[in-house]
Amino acid sequence: MRVAVCVKQVPDTEARLRVGRDGRWVDEEDLPFQINESDEYALEEGLRIAEGTGGEVVVFSLGPERVKDALRKALALGAAKAVHLSDPAFGGGDALATGRALAAAIRRDAEAGGDGFGLVLTGSQSDDVGYGSTGSVVAGVLGWPHAWLVMGVAVEDGGGAAEVTREMESGKNEVFRLPLPAVLAVQAGINHPRYASLKGIMQAKRKPVDALGPADLGLDPATIGEAGSRLEIVSVAFPESGEGAQMIEGDAATVARTLVEKLRTEARVL
Amino acid sequence: MAKVWIVLQQREGRVSRISREAIAAGQRLAGELGGGQAEAVLLGSGMEELAREVAGADLTAVHVADHEALADYTPGAYVAALAPAIRDAAPGFVVFPHTYQTVDYFARLAHEAGAGLLPEVTGFERADGGLVFRRPILGGKLVAKVRVRGEGPVLVSVQSGAFSADSVAHGSSAEVRELALDRAAVRADREILRVEDAGSDQVDLTKADVIVAVGRGVGGEDKLGPIRDLAAALGAEIAASRPVVDNGWLERDRQIGSSGQTVAPKLYVAAGISGAIQHVVGMKGSGVVVAINKDPGAPIFNLADYGIVGDLHEIVPALTEAVREAQGGG
Repeated sequence: MRVAVCVKQVPDTEARLRVGRDGRWVDEEDLPFQINESDEYALEEGLRIAEGTGGEVVVFSLGPERVKDALRKALALGAAKAVHLSDPAFGGGDALATGRALAAAIRRDAEAGGDGFGLVLTGSQSDDVGYGSTGSVVAGVLGWPHAWLVMGVAVEDGGGAAEVTREMESGKNEVFRLPLPAVLAVQAGINHPRYASLKGIMQAKRKPVDALGPADLGLDPATIGEAGSRLEIVSVAFPESGEGAQMIEGDAATVARTLVEKLRTEARVL
Repeated sequence: MAKVWIVLQQREGRVSRISREAIAAGQRLAGELGGGQAEAVLLGSGMEELAREVAGADLTAVHVADHEALADYTPGAYVAALAPAIRDAAPGFVVFPHTYQTVDYFARLAHEAGAGLLPEVTGFERADGGLVFRRPILGGKLVAKVRVRGEGPVLVSVQSGAFSADSVAHGSSAEVRELALDRAAVRADREILRVEDAGSDQVDLTKADVIVAVGRGVGGEDKLGPIRDLAAALGAEIAASRPVVDNGWLERDRQIGSSGQTVAPKLYVAAGISGAIQHVVGMKGSGVVVAINKDPGAPIFNLADYGIVGDLHEIVPALTEAVREAQGGG
């Protein structure tokens, strides 16, 4: 089975953030980026399904030049080919605009390849804007069934359907059967992602990366990216701390003793 | 006048607390739109009683989509019921509770209904003649202010706890109406097989008086020893945020947050936890919260009572030592 996996490159979750000069996004200068966490799990799940069914993974990503690093990593992990929606016109889109562009790219590849995809996998939510919605929009555009927050996928023999486990609130999972092709938004923790091997990293250098613009996908630039979005981020800021915590400062031994004292006499919980 | 719809989530004939928070948000939003009307929407099968109960809120109408295929949630049936209705009625906003179920289908609904999509809103206000919505980004480290542009309805989900369920205005003018459905089109797109427990449920953290919780910042399973020592000194249960469990460093039944347990101990020590909303919803009822994190901008410090900026691998052993000293001396 051919599997399409959509990944996003996001700021490293451990990175210190600064608000950018225009106040509308974080300052990306010197900011380390990584593949979005749940997307790494989606990629691993896609690789396992492709390996188990004798297929291949094609990885898709939308974003500027730096996204090539994420695509190279995905190729090193085992994806056969990468598609990069690199035109600046794709940037700054909300979930609907981004989903439309990715769906068009997935459809184009399937038409060119003839074989088509049995599954499209995405992560459940990006660690930056966190709309959690792109996969569902891709499904809507393709007219395929979908599921969000997927914690298990078992493709049935023949590839006509899959048993899918979806996480629900309050520690329950729902298990259901979904006809394929389908779009699944994968939750972090579904598997244990592999590490890239040296051989994989070497091979990745020879694997194809297609860079696409809106014209390649037959898309009107007015329907994608910032121009095609109903949402506009006016500003970003660190939250007002409200009352906030009483901060305790000093070396480790001092802060520890001060805290214990406060927990005993002030908060009275020890 | 722009209408506001509020799509409620019900299970076994009951409306959840976060759905009542969505009613409060929808009522406020209707007010911000200048005396707009707030109307609720219920989906399910056999909903008369619940519809009457919802009609006790200050709403102009309660629309009921009653269909056998809506008895159990599936995105196919929900989208087929709601998309034509939203196209026809064209409410300015459609408010949803931000739940796993909502996120599972409402982006697809936005696509099918030709509507805009604004997930996970924590507040809104009037600014420069328009509405500006707040939502967390980058794991809650920052807050984005977002404006909606263009024509047509916008689907908005409101984060748990952002609006107060107790502030729902009550009234008596809500009329219960049947939502027109293309009945043949409303059908399940999944064959539901079963619902099962996600974890082994062997550990009940809800009864613990003291919890020591670790996050990604602990760095690995092999570094949990000092955390266990602190938990032992405090007589605490050890718990974790999601990344720790996903990495296999602790068992899933020790996870706290939206997909784990919800706790309210007297003392909650959060070590190496940044404080993303998915974790916070599971522990914000705690009595006293202590946060230890190397990032002074970590959102956990906004809700903690006591904060220590530093390396948890140095602070935690020192804290264990100080607790033991105090116990020895007390």
